[in-house]
Amino acid sequence: MAAIEVDGKSFEVDEEGYLEDLTTWVPEIAGVMAKLDDAELTDAHWEVINFLREYYEEYQIAPAVRVLTKAIGKKLGKDKGNSKYLYELFPYGPGKQACKYAGLPKPTGCV
Amino acid sequence: MADFETPELQEYSVVPKLEKGTMAGSAPFIAKPQFQEPLGYPGELVDNWEEKVITKMDDLRGKYRGFQVFLDSCVKCGACTDKCHYYLGTKDPKNMPVARQDLLRKVYRRYSTFAGKFFGALGIPGFVGAADLNKEVLDDWYSYFHQCSQCRRCSVYCPYGIDTAEISMAAREIMATVGVGQKYCNQIIAKAQTIGNNLGLPQPALLDTLEGLEEEVEEDTGVAVKFPLDQKGCDILLITPSADFFAEPHVDGLMGYAKVFHESGISWTMSSSASEAANFGMFIGSYETMRTLSLRIREAALELGVKRIIFGECGHAWRVAYSFLNTLAGPWDFLDQNYPIPQHICEFTNDMIEKDELKFDKSANDHMTLTFHDSCNVARGSRMGDKPGGQMDIPRAVIKAVCNNYVDMPNDTIGEATFCCGGGGGLLTDDLMELRVKGAQPRMEAYKSTVDNSGVTNLVAICAICKSQFTKVLPYYGFGMTDILSLHQLVSDAIILTGSEDDTSEDSDTNESE
Repeated sequence: MAAIEVDGKSFEVDEEGYLEDLTTWVPEIAGVMAKLDDAELTDAHWEVINFLREYYEEYQIAPAVRVLTKAIGKKLGKDKGNSKYLYELFPYGPGKQACKYAGLPKPTGCV
Repeated sequence: MADFETPELQEYSVVPKLEKGTMAGSAPFIAKPQFQEPLGYPGELVDNWEEKVITKMDDLRGKYRGFQVFLDSCVKCGACTDKCHYYLGTKDPKNMPVARQDLLRKVYRRYSTFAGKFFGALGIPGFVGAADLNKEVLDDWYSYFHQCSQCRRCSVYCPYGIDTAEISMAAREIMATVGVGQKYCNQIIAKAQTIGNNLGLPQPALLDTLEGLEEEVEEDTGVAVKFPLDQKGCDILLITPSADFFAEPHVDGLMGYAKVFHESGISWTMSSSASEAANFGMFIGSYETMRTLSLRIREAALELGVKRIIFGECGHAWRVAYSFLNTLAGPWDFLDQNYPIPQHICEFTNDMIEKDELKFDKSANDHMTLTFHDSCNVARGSRMGDKPGGQMDIPRAVIKAVCNNYVDMPNDTIGEATFCCGGGGGLLTDDLMELRVKGAQPRMEAYKSTVDNSGVTNLVAICAICKSQFTKVLPYYGFGMTDILSLHQLVSDAIILTGSEDDTSEDSDTNESE
């Protein structure tokens, strides 16, 4: 079983780097995961990650792309409420990469 | 972008020189016990698995006559060898359909035919195309039966009609039975069986998503188009892939269906417990799973009291629905027999167009020149309408009714000769990205030729897998990820909703008051 080290603590992840036990998520995990992808998290990334966390807490699932873009548009301005902006932040796909950092399950299916 | 080379596109598909073993290392993640057990499969490779493989193969040969015939009837004529997109894209000879079939056929011959048993006992099974079953063979199966998207293109060219898809399905079922299942498919099936869809979207999340879509359409058009969920007493139950709720460009298609239903005036609803058209039971070759998932649709239809069932844009779902739904979950005697059971959304929209009940502003799509990608399971595994070839003609008729600029890709790459998108059959997973990119090469070549020669700007599909796959692979070939569109997105953009700002027709007032 693979694991990542965060502040001296070890967290188990699956084959694709998603957290095995979602309840163990702490914000520092996101930063460590991003570093593994050679990325640096900015406030803009955190806006998305925080929204994902809030949504997940309420609905137990990641938000649909339109739900996410709409929410980000409301918070950060209409010019940012689209997938293009989200893909700039998360080039591997906002659905998958951002969910991974935020400690959400990977969206599965025909997506 | 990745640790493999994206193939260079040729002017047309060229049959490549063989390169042995280029894809020998390609295999999807094996399902852990937590993804195997909910489907009733053992968590890991069982003891005496060799024996169990043969027993299961015997069982399947007894159940499925086609499987038995396909194992026996190949004469090695070679007609299929250059027909598989994965072979064309990877150059690996084991991706030739006949070679893929032989991975399983050689084991069948060894243990289940006289010649194989005889020469096997002499230690020369290869003399009659037979081979001993060992771990190496099993690993080969796992790798190469997950390099087949079950698209059935090879079967079109086989003079005996041998369907490699059936053999791949059987192989996957056999492997899962001895504890070697595929993570992607099995994880998804468990979600669909417990929550109701592949993504695991529970009812509150669906409601929230649909409310957002209602707001969006009303903001855009000024018309309150509804996206009903779990409403009893409606005429139509829409079964659509859950990607339509979740992803782009799928969701734009869903908005198109909603607008067409709205204009038709026929009441409709979706169901949270059957919020999935896709049926991954087919991909893993499990009849039982296909049946369990199909029965959810039956239960929802009965509970909601609908009269008709319509399927959204989903390729293999339509094959399961059109070809098998009656045996899996019938009889459907409680539905209105005056309509096809089930009906495809393209058939529904096309009927509305033919009855002149929809109004369009085709110029809304004038900034694009479009071409249509026939999805394999629709083109080769089903039909639409009441004429042969309807599954090819009807989607095109709808596109042409809502767009002015349309060009087909070359003839040997469309219709029943269509090339798979490269991600079908349970292979749409990130751990198979190299295979997906390389397998898309023939389709990308055909697309590029229409882009270069006819100025095509966008690709249209009616399958959730195709849409997601193209979104991912188009950029590898120098195209835009948003070049792929849902067919009903075109409908959505061109349709003039009664009472909207664009609605300038004289009878709009009378329509409203009806």
